[in-house]
Amino acid sequence: MKSPTRRGLGIAIAAALFLHLGFLGGARAEDAANLNVMIDNFTFEPAQLTVKVGATVTWKNRDDIPHTVVSAGKFRSKTLDTDDSFSFTFTAAGDYKYFCSLHPHMTGMIKVE
Amino acid sequence: MSEFDHDHPGVSRRRVLECMTWAGTGVLWTISGGVPRSLGMVGSAEAAAAPGMTFLQISDSHVGFDKPANPNALGTLEEAIAKINAMPAKPSFMIHTGDITHLSKAAEFDNAERIISQAKLDVHYVPGEHDFIDEEVKLYKERYGKGTKGAGWYSFDANGVHFIGLVNVVDLKAGGLGNLGAEQLAWLEDDLKAKSKSTPVVVFAHIPLWTVYPQWGWGTEDGARALDTLKGFGSVTVLNGHIHQVMQKVEGNVTFHTARSTAFPQPAPGTAPSPGPMKVEDSKLRTLLGVASINFKQNNQPLAIIDTPLQG
Repeated sequence: MKSPTRRGLGIAIAAALFLHLGFLGGARAEDAANLNVMIDNFTFEPAQLTVKVGATVTWKNRDDIPHTVVSAGKFRSKTLDTDDSFSFTFTAAGDYKYFCSLHPHMTGMIKVE
Repeated sequence: MSEFDHDHPGVSRRRVLECMTWAGTGVLWTISGGVPRSLGMVGSAEAAAAPGMTFLQISDSHVGFDKPANPNALGTLEEAIAKINAMPAKPSFMIHTGDITHLSKAAEFDNAERIISQAKLDVHYVPGEHDFIDEEVKLYKERYGKGTKGAGWYSFDANGVHFIGLVNVVDLKAGGLGNLGAEQLAWLEDDLKAKSKSTPVVVFAHIPLWTVYPQWGWGTEDGARALDTLKGFGSVTVLNGHIHQVMQKVEGNVTFHTARSTAFPQPAPGTAPSPGPMKVEDSKLRTLLGVASINFKQNNQPLAIIDTPLQG
């Protein structure tokens, strides 16, 4: 019965890593679930999101049209087709304004505190 | 092959007669001095056809698109090309106002080329934003960028008409609309310098050069500056795509026109939560897709744009 032991060990390591990263990044586990920005109907939802330093935000495109997530000089996703995601970890405080470089009327902001 | 007579350029300064049929309504419009006047119902789009130099516009093929609004965008492009091949008079050439592909994949460009080349016409392309989204942004330029400037703009002359292909889908600014940029505007000014004001000009670009609906990004930030450059020219026709529906405006001697997509329709401005692909009943789809043919008559000087749906 080798494999359950291995899996158990794997989970333990993953949990330890998670806690470790969580400690370093300062993001609490309950925040993680909410750090998503959905792209629906050519809008970023929520249009403004406040997170803590170290948080990772994930954008997911749910439109039938590709979009991008671009913050000049900060981050730039590849083109996101339907159901594609892009994640970025914010390591410094500040206001990160971003937009879709294909449909520039689509704008949003991540406030990192 | 050119029938153009350089001593008698074809299209008038003041009297721009425009004939246009709207799919599903069959109303023939004539526009004289910018005032639209209905001439009544016509039997078919072909009724307005007339001899002269004719070229075609197709747009927004979105090859690779397979979502519910049209699971087979390649198939409807094929139908559009078949429609073109069935035209009684062979057009001089074709322009494609961008969004050839949906995701700028090599296979999408290849498929588009395979189908469009079946029309056996010269095709003059301008890119849409969907044609510049490959990682290295090189596939469009490799295929269609030869002899162009900057991101792919250029001009050429045919039958005495000066054609200008502009690119307004790069370097877009957050919160803004389509963008031409200073370099392209300077080139445009230079390009027009040598042209007599009586030369008919056709400008084509992907995103509408005039502001159709800024809330959805349907316009070009510095489009008015391009139009300033065209002031004084007797006949200016602006052909765009991007919004996947026929829309038209006449301002003085400038006629603005957007073409249907060959792939999927988009909603009329403000009638839906977003400008995304509009799912319609399968039986209606082909009435909302199509091609446009633009006719310059040599003698009577009218300019006619005829939008032909794939069906109906």
